[in-house]
Amino acid sequence: MSATATATTALPIATGNWKIDTIHSHVGFAVKHMVVSTFRGRFEDYAGSLATSEDGRPVLQGSVKVDSILVKDENLAGHLKSPDFFDSERHPEIRFSSTAVAVAEDGGLEVEGDLTIKGHTHRVTARGSITGPHVDIAGNDKLGVELEAIVDRREYGLEWNAPLPKGGFALDNDVKLEVSLELVREA
Amino acid sequence: MRILGLSGSLRRDSHNTSLLRGAGKLLPAGVELEVFDRLAQIPPYSEDLEHETPPAVAALRAAIAGADAVLVATPEYNASIPGALKNALDWVSRPIATTPLRDKPVAVVGASTGLFGAVWAQAELRKVLATIGARVIDRELPIGQADEALGPDGLPVERDVVEQLSATLDELLELTAPSRLAA
Repeated sequence: MSATATATTALPIATGNWKIDTIHSHVGFAVKHMVVSTFRGRFEDYAGSLATSEDGRPVLQGSVKVDSILVKDENLAGHLKSPDFFDSERHPEIRFSSTAVAVAEDGGLEVEGDLTIKGHTHRVTARGSITGPHVDIAGNDKLGVELEAIVDRREYGLEWNAPLPKGGFALDNDVKLEVSLELVREA
Repeated sequence: MRILGLSGSLRRDSHNTSLLRGAGKLLPAGVELEVFDRLAQIPPYSEDLEHETPPAVAALRAAIAGADAVLVATPEYNASIPGALKNALDWVSRPIATTPLRDKPVAVVGASTGLFGAVWAQAELRKVLATIGARVIDRELPIGQADEALGPDGLPVERDVVEQLSATLDELLELTAPSRLAA
């Protein structure tokens, strides 16, 4: 995809204010463990919007409650909330705010922005697609946004790991953030 | 031929005990797997108790002595071997000159509800068993997220994991009866 090359910051398909419909959205992550297996988790409590700023630029922002992390194993969820990982007691929220949104003619989407996890803020680039607007059966204007970004969890202070008995490490450092959003136009 | 299954979990619906029963289904005709079920009755090891062997310890020693090989399935507590299992091995290791584990072919597998399938507990078990004098297969089988990874019959759901379990059993049988397999 070459979103940057054909980018337009005017984003004509998404002017106005759009709010994430959390019933139909997904905010999650995937990380390799035991060298070859992939583990996925998600967050249940989050909010966000795509809005047009005063200068006409689109801004995508959102926040996630760390304690809403959902994984299959209760003990693992507890470990992920602990200081080894997110330290949700001291850092209850993950935040993202875009600095640049670029849409290609083919719907390719590139979003650059600041991601804050556990008190660490870093610039990330997420790539994916945007579809719509589309009027749903209830008469609402909707946009679909898919984004993925890969981050090194150690940059955000999520440093836990353990060497495996036969070589390699328990958990990969690269984590894929997977966001699938349905946005509804605000009246 | 007999294989003794030793589960490191005392829980009634243990994934590891289930895994042992699943492994039993993969064994060829003529090979039986019996699961030792008295781990919870073994008291904490003390040299003071050695003059009068506790019945459950005697039962475990006899079960190991009567088996051609041992298959251990372990959960993991705090990145290590569950206390009850380690305690049982400490009992059986004494006296070291006559332990029934000496030269006994042993394989270690493990399941956990977490991501890592008791991989560190398995490594520590291999170390402990080798120290006692067992012939331990240098192979691990970590089955993580056991709630979904194991079927109700104790067999892994994914075919490649079943194959790994089969390969572990094959190697255990090979170590047990090299002459039989060579024939």
